[in-house]
Amino acid sequence: MLNAGSTAWVLASAALVMLMTPGLAFFYGGMVRSKSVLNMLMMNFMCLAIVGVLWCLYGFSLAFGNDAFGGLIGGGAYLGLGNAFPDGSQYITGTSSGDGIPIYAFAMFQLMFAIITPALISGAVPERIKFWSWGLFVVLWSTIVYFPVAHWVFAFDGYTGETGGWIANQLKALDFAGGTAVHINAGAAGLALALVLGKRRGWPRDPGRPHSLPFVLLGASLLWFGWYGFNAGSALGANSNAAIAFTTTTLATCAATIGWLVVEQFRDGKPTTLGAASGAVAGLVAITPACAFVNPLGGLAVGFIAGAVCALCVSIKFKLGFDDSLDVVAVHLIGGLIGTILIGFFGTNSLNTAGANGLFYGGGFDQLWRQLVAAVAVLLYSFILTSIIALLIKSTVGFRVSDEEEAAGIDESQHAESGYDYSGLSGGGNHSLLGAGATGSATPATPREGAPR
Amino acid sequence: MKMVTAIIKPFVLEDVKGALEQLGVLGMTVSEVQGYGRQKGHTEVYRGAEYSVDFVPKVRIEVVTDDSTAEKVLDAIAETARTGKIGDGKVWVTPIETVVRVRTGERGADAL
Repeated sequence: MLNAGSTAWVLASAALVMLMTPGLAFFYGGMVRSKSVLNMLMMNFMCLAIVGVLWCLYGFSLAFGNDAFGGLIGGGAYLGLGNAFPDGSQYITGTSSGDGIPIYAFAMFQLMFAIITPALISGAVPERIKFWSWGLFVVLWSTIVYFPVAHWVFAFDGYTGETGGWIANQLKALDFAGGTAVHINAGAAGLALALVLGKRRGWPRDPGRPHSLPFVLLGASLLWFGWYGFNAGSALGANSNAAIAFTTTTLATCAATIGWLVVEQFRDGKPTTLGAASGAVAGLVAITPACAFVNPLGGLAVGFIAGAVCALCVSIKFKLGFDDSLDVVAVHLIGGLIGTILIGFFGTNSLNTAGANGLFYGGGFDQLWRQLVAAVAVLLYSFILTSIIALLIKSTVGFRVSDEEEAAGIDESQHAESGYDYSGLSGGGNHSLLGAGATGSATPATPREGAPR
Repeated sequence: MKMVTAIIKPFVLEDVKGALEQLGVLGMTVSEVQGYGRQKGHTEVYRGAEYSVDFVPKVRIEVVTDDSTAEKVLDAIAETARTGKIGDGKVWVTPIETVVRVRTGERGADAL
């Protein structure tokens, strides 16, 4: 039976998670140089377009169709998102728990996860990728890496298919909203891609100063807002787990912001805007798998640890010499690992009976090793497969723009646009010598041969 | 005729403009520039990585005057722009051969 409250909440959550991708675009966009801001936004925005199409054609089916092989990948029951829903059962799922929602609500909610995960990877490799090579990467990566891993982690037996994925059902690792499938997955992929693509010109001598910190903080705030859909929406119903997830998500983010800023105060002498934004995101990442499996104090602990540890990890790339430009590894891989593994310590089933007691709540090591196996499996699968996909694209259609194009700015070479037209004191209006406005209006574009007049 | 050029801190621009208006100076040209002198730039830290910002934002003022006012303009700018801290800037005077007012074609001191 359809539950109206749950349906409303899941649909609203899907819309909240959709907003995270543009939010991420601005979070990342503010951190790149002004000559690359449009390309950065586009790398993210195109994930909405590309993955949406794939999801309808075969993505949802590979992730959530009845298991086709060993808990590794879904079958073809939902190809085209329409034909052959199981026995024409009113297109409703989740009825066994009393949270019956239309399967389309679930499909759209999960689509937004499939969109933001490849978008997260873009932060490792901005300012240097040919736009359509990135598009090709998103197609291949979603198909070969994300859809199977989403099946492993998110496809529970009996929800959209009789049999689901191995991490959710056989291993029984706990991942409420995607610490493994989304964050460890994207973080490991970002590392692989940064290694295959190589560093930007001039890095690390010139690491590229963020061009708009207001964008970064705005983007982080949109992420925080949307993340309520991501985490609390993952309860897939208007129920107490949603409220627990909402609470721990808030608390972890607060504590992580403080954790990151405390590290900065001691290490660098100043608390920064970029640090506050980064700390908040690190906390959101870490609480994602744990949000309905820890209590409020556990949420604070997970957040604070993630904020502080991720802040310390941003220097790894300089020591090892890989240009993970916007710290996808330090924030998403490390943050995802922290959240996933800490369930083995701070997990408790006192609030949510679907949870498990971790080491600190008398559960011993049982849950901890399950969490470790899930984390390592996703990390290795993503890293290896992403490396192969990236090498394939690099050796066929090519991945990077030329050195000259990179120096001139990727916005110009890939999109023939500029992000900003603020020239001089007059703000780029008619009286500006350097702005495009003055010359543009004086010489109307010549119509092409044969174009309608 | 002389041209007085000043490189000053951006936030003193309004005060300097006011002082020059008091002297009866009728026009000036202002541009946003970057540079450094002995104060050098400063360091910014982003996610633990240090970026040295070598060029500091400054404002450049150019005023063309007749010979007799140049010295007063120079003093007025120097006094108004002074905060006593390093990085206050420089003012200098250069000779100008001739000036034409574009609208009327007037030349020399009449064009000022």
